[in-house]
Amino acid sequence: MNAAERNNFVLIDQQRIEVNGEKSILELARKAGIDIPTFCYHSELSLYGACRMCVVEIEGRGVVTSCSTPPVPGMKILTNSPRVQRVRRTVLELLLANHDRDCTTCDKNGRCKLQELADRFGVRKIRFGERDEKLPLDESAPVVRDPNKCILCGDCVRMCEEVQGIGVLDFVNRGSRVMVAPAFNKKLQDVECVNCGQCSAVCPTGALVVKSEIDKAWAALHDEEKLVVAQVAPAVRVALGEEFGLPPGEIVTGKVVAALKRLGFDKVFDTCMAADLTVMEETAEFLNRIKKGENLPQFTSCCPAWVKYAEHNAADLLKNLSTCRSPQQIFGSVVKRHWAKKLGKKPEEVFVISIMPCSAKKFEAARPEFSVNGVRDVDLVLTTQELARMIRESGLLFDQLEVEAFDMPFGLTTGAGVIFGATGGVAEAVLRTAHSLLTCKPADEYANDGLFNFETVRGFEGLKEAVLEVDGLEVKVAVVHGLGNAKRLLAEVKEGKANYHLIEVMACPGGCVGGAGQPVATGGEAKKKRAQGLYSADKLSQLRKAHDNPAVARLYEQWLKKPNSSEAHKTLHTSYQMRGRITGEEITLLTSKQENKINLAVCVGTCCYLKGSYDTLKKLMEKAESEGVGDRINLHATFCLENCEKGGPSVRVDDTVVSGVTPDKVESFFTENILGKLKIPAESQ
Amino acid sequence: MGEVMQLKTGSEGIGVAGRRFTKVNEIIERHGRTPSALIPILQEVQEEYRYLPEEILTYIAVAMGLNPANVYGVATFYSQFSLAPKGKYVIRICDGTACHVRGSEKIKTALWEKLGLSDERKTTDDLRFTVETVSCLGACGLAPVVMINDRVYGQVTPEGINEIIDQIIAEEEGEKNAPEEN
Repeated sequence: MNAAERNNFVLIDQQRIEVNGEKSILELARKAGIDIPTFCYHSELSLYGACRMCVVEIEGRGVVTSCSTPPVPGMKILTNSPRVQRVRRTVLELLLANHDRDCTTCDKNGRCKLQELADRFGVRKIRFGERDEKLPLDESAPVVRDPNKCILCGDCVRMCEEVQGIGVLDFVNRGSRVMVAPAFNKKLQDVECVNCGQCSAVCPTGALVVKSEIDKAWAALHDEEKLVVAQVAPAVRVALGEEFGLPPGEIVTGKVVAALKRLGFDKVFDTCMAADLTVMEETAEFLNRIKKGENLPQFTSCCPAWVKYAEHNAADLLKNLSTCRSPQQIFGSVVKRHWAKKLGKKPEEVFVISIMPCSAKKFEAARPEFSVNGVRDVDLVLTTQELARMIRESGLLFDQLEVEAFDMPFGLTTGAGVIFGATGGVAEAVLRTAHSLLTCKPADEYANDGLFNFETVRGFEGLKEAVLEVDGLEVKVAVVHGLGNAKRLLAEVKEGKANYHLIEVMACPGGCVGGAGQPVATGGEAKKKRAQGLYSADKLSQLRKAHDNPAVARLYEQWLKKPNSSEAHKTLHTSYQMRGRITGEEITLLTSKQENKINLAVCVGTCCYLKGSYDTLKKLMEKAESEGVGDRINLHATFCLENCEKGGPSVRVDDTVVSGVTPDKVESFFTENILGKLKIPAESQ
Repeated sequence: MGEVMQLKTGSEGIGVAGRRFTKVNEIIERHGRTPSALIPILQEVQEEYRYLPEEILTYIAVAMGLNPANVYGVATFYSQFSLAPKGKYVIRICDGTACHVRGSEKIKTALWEKLGLSDERKTTDDLRFTVETVSCLGACGLAPVVMINDRVYGQVTPEGINEIIDQIIAEEEGEKNAPEEN
């Protein structure tokens, strides 16, 4: 052994460990099989070093945080010295002193990291009393925020900002009053939160949890009058087993069906059938757009968190979103508007519960456009975790359940629908069908030769690309997951730098397999295993293209006629609405006490601001002054007139919104819309 | 259009609110849209409005391309920033060690009583006075010290502070005929 090699070692607890490019002592120690405890360390987030749980003692340097200290050859590190033990216990005691300790009734009971570490380090007494202040909960969104349980690790703040690119949450106040909250302590529903729930997925305590709606499910199941129908999303079948000790990625479809039947569901169907229907509609829409060359690139619309993100941040590109509803909502529509009718039942007599890996699906199902005469298409959304809890509550031994098959007719699926649960799945499913439709190859010519599998869109790379070439037609596809990646791609699309025809966006890293409703998965490994599980399920399917699904074919035959027909448009498609990024007050600039006055509001939201709405505003004020009508106008600056699509800057004149009022058009706008309106009362005075 | 121009308004042009808002934009332009300029921008905007209104903070976030949550986080971190309107006269009672032992508590109680304020109610309803305590004004030789806006008063007594307040009120009443901002 030469000197250089000898120099590449550190001593951790008397063990010689080789340093191999590890960035921190923490990383190195974990590789060496020592589980250093952490709250604020996540490999996918930036370093924060705030929780102080990962402390180690270095000879000659004292106690340091191992997450933010790189290993230097020759270091002598102790991970469990008396000093380290004392620091960790004290930190835990201090955290617990400020933590609402009603563990028995907490949603995270049994899965809470604070609870786990307090137990692991034997904290049995807290010397510092209890939290005396009880702050109100925010239950406005599918993610419930309980500030009394927050330990200020900042995981949620960094997840939302760094991975999702949104930044809804941040630290507020200072010292003992610090808390994590949205801007101005608003509720989550009043800011640009997209309900992806990734904050709750990294939250070590019960401070951020996905809202539980189990009680509503039991109520429906115990209601004799109701026909309760389940739909199970693809990503659920490769993750639910983890809650019962099975490895990630194990396909437990048969057990999920059996469990749902035993819980009392009358029918158990597969959301993948609806995904196949989505592929039919979305591919037809896509090929039509290609033919006409309009509204390209087409963005997928299956992910409700992405849809809401686009509504907040990409109003000018909303026309590029596929108008197809997500598989969840397509399923609800098929069951309530078609299948129920065939059974002679009214939509309100059928209760649709979907089992989803996702918190945003709860928001999606409650969107007003997915109700007809007050009856929702999907009545209730349960997460994978909620289903696991119901199974435990009912006393079923999950691993011993005999497998059962989905009910017909909506249990018939193809591999195309199954891979919807992983990033790249929707794009691949659409490409498979588009390829077949374009080449007019009969179904049985489908070969698993890799060419038609479009494997380049699989995997966990942030941005994946594929090119499909058919008869000289070149279709360029991009796939992104994690909204931070989507944000970067959107910027390129807006600048005209990204040249794609189809873009798949999934809000959560890894796609639905990494959804916030799934069992907690630290690191990317479990998510990758789940995705592999879905691709194996696809490989095992006899049918792998959506248009080969006989159940889908029958729906077209009996009801929808053909993809994108008027009936399909009515029941399977939707529209989008622009949303401001924050609800808030307007800035008052001019106030008129006169009776005959004009109410003017200039939008200074992001879209309009970037198009120069401030200058418009300033010119309007100057113009009002020079024309001497300053006291006849109520002038406000407002944060979104939800008119971004038509092109800013937007100005609201009384009840009408005028778009495209750029600074150079103020002159003519003023003459037409303001002086013109004020003239009549002026003359009559 | 000619007739309209003859409309005599008697207004004061674009008004206080409009002028203040144009000022906000000037401040942002002058400092540039870099995140490190946020604190000086907030300081100057607070000079203009005497506090940081929510809608103005949202505007600053939009203009600087930051999240409103970030801007709110910074604004709530520093005690120099106020998200509630402050009075025209901000009275800072020094409660550092020297002032504390020489009776700053009594001055605070006297002021609270005089102006009907308390620990929770720091500003009078007419937005004339705000009473705050600060840790040290650095004038321990003059303890106890009170600052009213930019003016320092040394060796203040409860009676003395009452007189100062009465004087300010008298001046204000005298000015009342002249149009006051806001």
